[in-house]
Amino acid sequence: MTAELRVTWALMRRGLNEVLRVPGASIPGILAPTIFLLGLSAVFSEAAQLPGYGTTDFTQFIVPVSLLQGAGFTGAATGVNLARDIERGWFDRLLLAPAPRSVVLLGIVGSAALRCLLPVTFLLLVAFALGVPWPGVGDLVVCILLVMGFASAMACWGTVIALRFQTQQAAPLMQAVAFSAVLFTTAYAPMELLADWLQVIATINPTTLVIDAMRDGFITTMSWYDIWTAVLAIAGMMIFFGLLAVRGMRRLGR
Amino acid sequence: MTRASLALMRRALRNAFRRPQFLAPLVVFPTLFLAVNTGGLEATTALPGFPEVESFLDFQLASAIVQSTMLGGVSAGIAMALDIEAGFFDRLVVSPIPRTAIVMGRIGAAGVLGSLQVLWFLAIGFIFGAQMATGPGGVLVVVALGVVAAVAFGAFGVLIALRARSASTVQGIFPLVIVALFLSSAFFPIELLSWPADVIAEYNPISYLAEGLREPIAFGWDAKIILEGFVAGLAMAGIGIALAISALRGRLQAAR
Repeated sequence: MTAELRVTWALMRRGLNEVLRVPGASIPGILAPTIFLLGLSAVFSEAAQLPGYGTTDFTQFIVPVSLLQGAGFTGAATGVNLARDIERGWFDRLLLAPAPRSVVLLGIVGSAALRCLLPVTFLLLVAFALGVPWPGVGDLVVCILLVMGFASAMACWGTVIALRFQTQQAAPLMQAVAFSAVLFTTAYAPMELLADWLQVIATINPTTLVIDAMRDGFITTMSWYDIWTAVLAIAGMMIFFGLLAVRGMRRLGR
Repeated sequence: MTRASLALMRRALRNAFRRPQFLAPLVVFPTLFLAVNTGGLEATTALPGFPEVESFLDFQLASAIVQSTMLGGVSAGIAMALDIEAGFFDRLVVSPIPRTAIVMGRIGAAGVLGSLQVLWFLAIGFIFGAQMATGPGGVLVVVALGVVAAVAFGAFGVLIALRARSASTVQGIFPLVIVALFLSSAFFPIELLSWPADVIAEYNPISYLAEGLREPIAFGWDAKIILEGFVAGLAMAGIGIALAISALRGRLQAAR
């Protein structure tokens, strides 16, 4: 068990080393959700004047969406990095190592959970600079843990696609799912203001529970019900995409 | 010149269709955005100051078209940069064809792809209930303006590729594309944008392009708005092509 933990930590450190050694590669993952936060706040700010938003500040309403977008981009980037490792043959060498494949997967996914803290920190600084109120330490910690969980789930999805197509050219497929998972929810408006068809999708989409819980943290206060439903949603996504990723790992090279 | 440009345009189009993984994002992401914006912000049409429209989808179609043609420009730039990186550009330079055909062929392909992108979004719009306020004539105007937009953004994509000579650098301009789009009236009426986006949008030519595309779809025949769209698009295309040809000449001189 200790050896497995050491392998997982070594792979997580390798993922973090990339941030330090190739800092330019992290910029798009930070820049894109920040641009969306600033852009959406500037363009759709008046939408928050409609009843149901719970706040008149659209930035406050949209912050959780941007945080999850940052996590989604990080998760997809993890898949792209894995595809690059497969293309270059590095992953074959990793598979020859005497470590269970599930441990290799855990290392990859764990690195995504840690790497997403970079865009999350930057986005939070931008949001607070724009006047978004401090949500309190407790709610902020829960939000960050939920975001890390979402990054892990999206990293599992990225891994599934990377193992299936084994090329970085599959990146749009990884990003499109992360993008859709966040936006086909109550991302832009409360449930009652969504179009009927989007209400149906948002109700089915488990990310809605995560966004709504985080939003309560930023607008009012998170309740225990918010937290547990969001944790269950994240756990469900991680189990679903995780099992697919484990299946992909087991099938690789056989 | 024309024959060489057409031949290079056909090659660029063939390559584009052979690699659908590069082509798909041009329509997939704007389509997803269109769906999310339309479904999520339909209620904003009730805001005071929002112009009277049949549906928010009618209003948003223009933004999807502009966004898609802008991504087409980035894609044209990446394709040009890949040609430079792979050495195909150098082989073209030593072949007996007018050098400007290298630029015009690529930009022409962006224009042709632009017409298909516009038709895609109009088809999506009609399927989901959008109505063309100006009928079939309006479709022609929207396609024509969409092609002008695609040519303009294609020219800027090629210009950046000739200056940067690296596909990853051209890819890196993607965030700027999104910034330029947010700082325009493509997504929302200019009167409802917050400061300073509203001030910048007043001077952003993309606003005029988007409004020129939106007018025949959502409102009707307003010659002034449509003409302003064409003027903005043609001006951007003219400047972009001139700068791209100048960058090509500069690159050839540097190679001597």
